[in-house]
Amino acid sequence: MTAKEKTEKKQIVAPGEILESGDDFLPGDWTIKEGKDIVAIRLGVMEKNDRLVKVIPLSGVYIPRRGNVVIGEIKDMNYSGWMVDIGGPYGAFLTLKEVPGYVEESEMETVYGIGDLIVTQVFNVKRTAVDLTMKQREGGLGKIRDGLIVKVNPHRVPRIIGKEGSMIKVIKDATKCSITVGQNGLIWIKGDSIEDRIFAKKAIEFIVENTTTDGLTDKVESWLKENEGKKK
Amino acid sequence: MGEPVKTIWKVTRKNVAEAMNKSERLDGRKPFEARPIEITFGVSNKAEGSVKVKMGRTEVVCGIKMNTQEPYTDHENEGTLTTSMELLPLSSPNFEYGQPTIEAVEIGRVVDRGVRESRFVDFEKLCIKPGEKVWGINVDMAVLNEDGNLIDAGALAAILALMTARFPEYDEKTGVIKFGEFTDKKLPLKIENMPLTTTCFKIGDKLFIDPTREEEDTTEGRITIEITKPEKEEMITAMQKGGDATFTQEEVMKMVEEAVKNFKKLRTLVDEEVSKFEKSAKKSKK
Amino acid sequence: MKERKNNMTDKSLYTKRFDGRKLDELRPISAKIGVVPNADGSALFVQGDTIAIAAVYGPKTLNPKHMQNPEKGVVRVHYNMLSFSVGERIRPGVSRRSQEISKVTEWALSPVVMLEELPGTVIDVHINILQANAGTRCAGINAASMALAHAGVPMKELVSAIAMGKMDKTIVADVDKEEEDYDDGEGATDMPMAYLANSGKISLLQLDGRVQVDKFKEAIEAGREACKKIAELQMKTLKEYK
Repeated sequence: MTAKEKTEKKQIVAPGEILESGDDFLPGDWTIKEGKDIVAIRLGVMEKNDRLVKVIPLSGVYIPRRGNVVIGEIKDMNYSGWMVDIGGPYGAFLTLKEVPGYVEESEMETVYGIGDLIVTQVFNVKRTAVDLTMKQREGGLGKIRDGLIVKVNPHRVPRIIGKEGSMIKVIKDATKCSITVGQNGLIWIKGDSIEDRIFAKKAIEFIVENTTTDGLTDKVESWLKENEGKKK
Repeated sequence: MGEPVKTIWKVTRKNVAEAMNKSERLDGRKPFEARPIEITFGVSNKAEGSVKVKMGRTEVVCGIKMNTQEPYTDHENEGTLTTSMELLPLSSPNFEYGQPTIEAVEIGRVVDRGVRESRFVDFEKLCIKPGEKVWGINVDMAVLNEDGNLIDAGALAAILALMTARFPEYDEKTGVIKFGEFTDKKLPLKIENMPLTTTCFKIGDKLFIDPTREEEDTTEGRITIEITKPEKEEMITAMQKGGDATFTQEEVMKMVEEAVKNFKKLRTLVDEEVSKFEKSAKKSKK
Repeated sequence: MKERKNNMTDKSLYTKRFDGRKLDELRPISAKIGVVPNADGSALFVQGDTIAIAAVYGPKTLNPKHMQNPEKGVVRVHYNMLSFSVGERIRPGVSRRSQEISKVTEWALSPVVMLEELPGTVIDVHINILQANAGTRCAGINAASMALAHAGVPMKELVSAIAMGKMDKTIVADVDKEEEDYDDGEGATDMPMAYLANSGKISLLQLDGRVQVDKFKEAIEAGREACKKIAELQMKTLKEYK
């Protein structure tokens, strides 16, 4: 990538900003065509791929996508399932059918009670509601019993995970914590001691404060080394 | 934006309690360690005095507005004081519009009590004409960002605002206040009576101060203690126990001890900040 | 004490502005985003001595259900002045004036937000005035527009507002408190207006005073130019987002 392409890639655009003009380009995500112009309709980073111009949002509520693993809070329940808050504009629902094994209506509260947090997966996105499932081949879904929860802007999640999980792996290794990152911005940190968990939390805060920096993975690694001793 | 925003869940409560039990906190502070305090004067140039207090991410503003009115019948030669706290919906997803909630009312009343009972304000010097006209001081606090410990932030803001407030121009003959035109005249305060507030909180059997929102959501009880030191000895000038936890006598005395310790720190801070303010006010006059 | 003069000629009594500004000159403006960490989006907008802060929460499901719009999300605005933002203290709480300003602000912002994909939701916009020196609803709209963008709300374009005025026969941009109280000749006419940054359409328009039709036309044209300057600052501030 040339320097020009790099700076072009990281260009922040705001709603109403004209990104391109003419018939050479097509409007992608978060852009509209107004006459000859392609206009951004969201605050974010502009990206041009071939002829497609799109905006990658930097802020805003979580928009659920099929397959997303998220962390949600049980808000309520009825005879057919649980109402879950996964952030975003709409509520989510987990039916009894989508929970492994057989759950009696009377047992529901003990399986997932109000206020409990669960690691769950989005399997259907409807117009104003989301369906969740706890049945997943790889496992990893279930109730959170202990650990530390951190909430971040969901748009930071890709940075925190890193390319093919490289960034989060660096943190897991350095802090000796098991970390589950929900696409909705909730992150579950499991560690032996509260100090390890706090250390992992601080590492995530560091990433969030420096997302626009280049070479972030290296910076995170050195930050982790520096602060290893300080944690307790 | 992009900073981790904390929300309270059962799991987080467990973490806060677990850490506190080891005398640790999720942000690395010690139990009686307060967050850094940032003070900015002059939030509104229309106020007779105004200040913004930041305690960590909690941000509270306080403005002083003066008015003239008839005195109360049983206090014919004394000025008046009102105190209010607005929990602005802007500052938290948990605040809504409508009548002031008990949370807002309590904070207003607790701060008011400290300012009044300590005799910090010399009410008699606010008298213009006994039985007819007195000055009224309005201490209005508002939250701009909520992250726990609103009472202490509000109380500190109230004191700083009162210390740096100045009378507006007032025409004795016509009784007209020229708002926007300020004099050099400070409010009649007995500085030696200055009340400074520390609220101590409890989780399990551990005591601490200056909670973040998630810590405050986990607490079982609190005691707000306002200290003043008119002469050689510290005096308690107001107290309020909140929450449905109970406290042992030892716990209460420990909290008072911490409030006295914190009083010294706060007093130094207030003196420094007011002095800075007065120096820069002098400079801008030249 | 100024006396009301009956001015029959075309010449205006107000030729020099009280603070020395040119007729089309705005007061110094500045802006900042992210000032309320708890909010989904927030911004501060300063116009001369007027300071407005706006915070956005949402989109989130609107309750109770009967208040929802099944076709698209809605914007709900609450405008409020702090008690010590003005000379004579305002009692904390809602006033009729703040209710009206909340509603016209909502009408000013709604045309740009694209909430068709978010039926049944609400976006709460809270505007607070910390310091008032006229033009508060405009500063509020300017802050709110930025806060909405900061919050990631899809918007066709930004909204920029300015308080235009007529002092006797002179059209001025960005009226301040002193001008608002002007009493000579035809007195002061206050015309707050808001323009959509790109399309140049008007989404807020109010007027009180007395103004001839051609003078009014002059005002709305000058208002457009003034709003372009506001939009420039709003855009620049948003693009500095980290």
